Amino acid sequence: MNSPLWTHLVKDLRIEWRSFDAIISMLFFSGLVVVLFSLAFDPRGEFSQQIAGGVLCVATMFASVSALNQAWTREIRHQVMDAQRMAPASEAQLFLAKVIANFLFVTICQVVLAPVFFILYNLQVAGEAWKLALVLPLGTWALVSNGVFFAALAMSSRSRELVLSIILFPIFIPALLAMVLATGSILTGDGDPNLWIKMLVAYDIIFTTVSLLLFETVLHAE
Amino acid sequence: MPAQSSEVAPEQTALCASVQQVSKLFGSFAALRQVSVDFEPGRCYVLLGENGAGKSTLLRILAGLLRPTMGKITVFDKHEPHDARERIGYMSHAPMLYDELTAVENLRYFAKLYPGRQCLAPEEVLRQVGLDPALTRTIGQYSQGMRQRTSLARVLMPIPELLLLDEPFSNMDVESVRQMVELLAGFRHASRTIVLTTHQRELAAPIADWALTLRAGRVASLDRGSPTL
Repeated sequence: MNSPLWTHLVKDLRIEWRSFDAIISMLFFSGLVVVLFSLAFDPRGEFSQQIAGGVLCVATMFASVSALNQAWTREIRHQVMDAQRMAPASEAQLFLAKVIANFLFVTICQVVLAPVFFILYNLQVAGEAWKLALVLPLGTWALVSNGVFFAALAMSSRSRELVLSIILFPIFIPALLAMVLATGSILTGDGDPNLWIKMLVAYDIIFTTVSLLLFETVLHAE
Repeated sequence: MPAQSSEVAPEQTALCASVQQVSKLFGSFAALRQVSVDFEPGRCYVLLGENGAGKSTLLRILAGLLRPTMGKITVFDKHEPHDARERIGYMSHAPMLYDELTAVENLRYFAKLYPGRQCLAPEEVLRQVGLDPALTRTIGQYSQGMRQRTSLARVLMPIPELLLLDEPFSNMDVESVRQMVELLAGFRHASRTIVLTTHQRELAAPIADWALTLRAGRVASLDRGSPTL
């Protein structure tokens, strides 16, 4: 386990373990969104079953952005990124490790949030519940891989937090739609979520590949 | 008067690095203007000049972290310093270390980013720079001088052949500077090249072979031997 990918990943997990910065901010933010939505709509009605998928996805998206904004902060501080740019290890592995680390942080957040969400919205899964275990990770990967890439792109910008949201949200729309429709379909039991799951798989493959190919250029941009 | 290659390397030796007519523009501001210098192996070059003279820019260009707007650069026979990056060590003003990790954890992390290259053991290189490898404090809890030493350890660990140091003596006490100069002298004797910038020219005098003074992005003078006070 001496590959640079593993080295970067262990480093990111170790730093998060010591601070819990990303996970705590995400949990707080997503918890707040879920509670606010439950206050805005009657969470026990039939309507809640229909909008629950969207609420969960939007809560995840907003929470993830708060973490993704910080994805490269530690590398920018003290110019650690320059040391990484000068090391001969492949840049793609640095990117992939950062995506995996953030994917794990968001997944932990979702695992903690899910029971709260099901209780607050009094949800019964009418469809095949196991498919949620496909939809949520696929949608999360789409969000995180794009988010890490665009956070790197926005690194040199003075208002990088705003830039990330402005670029990320429009590009994430197809994946968000697929994620919301698939989750809604699984929760209500109406329709077939398979098409949306396939779309998420295709989206992940395309955007992860493009990000991997372009990351070196982004990293070395002046 | 811009330094010509012939002034710097009169002997026919293979050059470690060479910049020819290099200019660097940041918008309309010219940080470097037609700078030409050759760097011989096994020599220590001290870059002098006021703030904004272009010292750090020249180092970053040699490190491959900046691209020259005009001119040619060669490092270890490569026209892109990036292609020779595993042979270059660069230390900047900032420590380039993670605050949340200890010195040993930081060094272990960076050592693994040099696959296939023989690196010094983190504990050994920390002792060389005068730090205790058993310290469990994270870098964020270190003093500025200790961070500077750890940063030097990070740079020395992959045993680079070209060492680029930006203000290595800042924030260090006299004894630490003396230790660092001794360490750098040993490094130079192993036929490795050092290019360092400093405002404290007297501190670099014991190891300097060439003193290169930059003024407003141009080479103002190039003198053999220690920089004069």
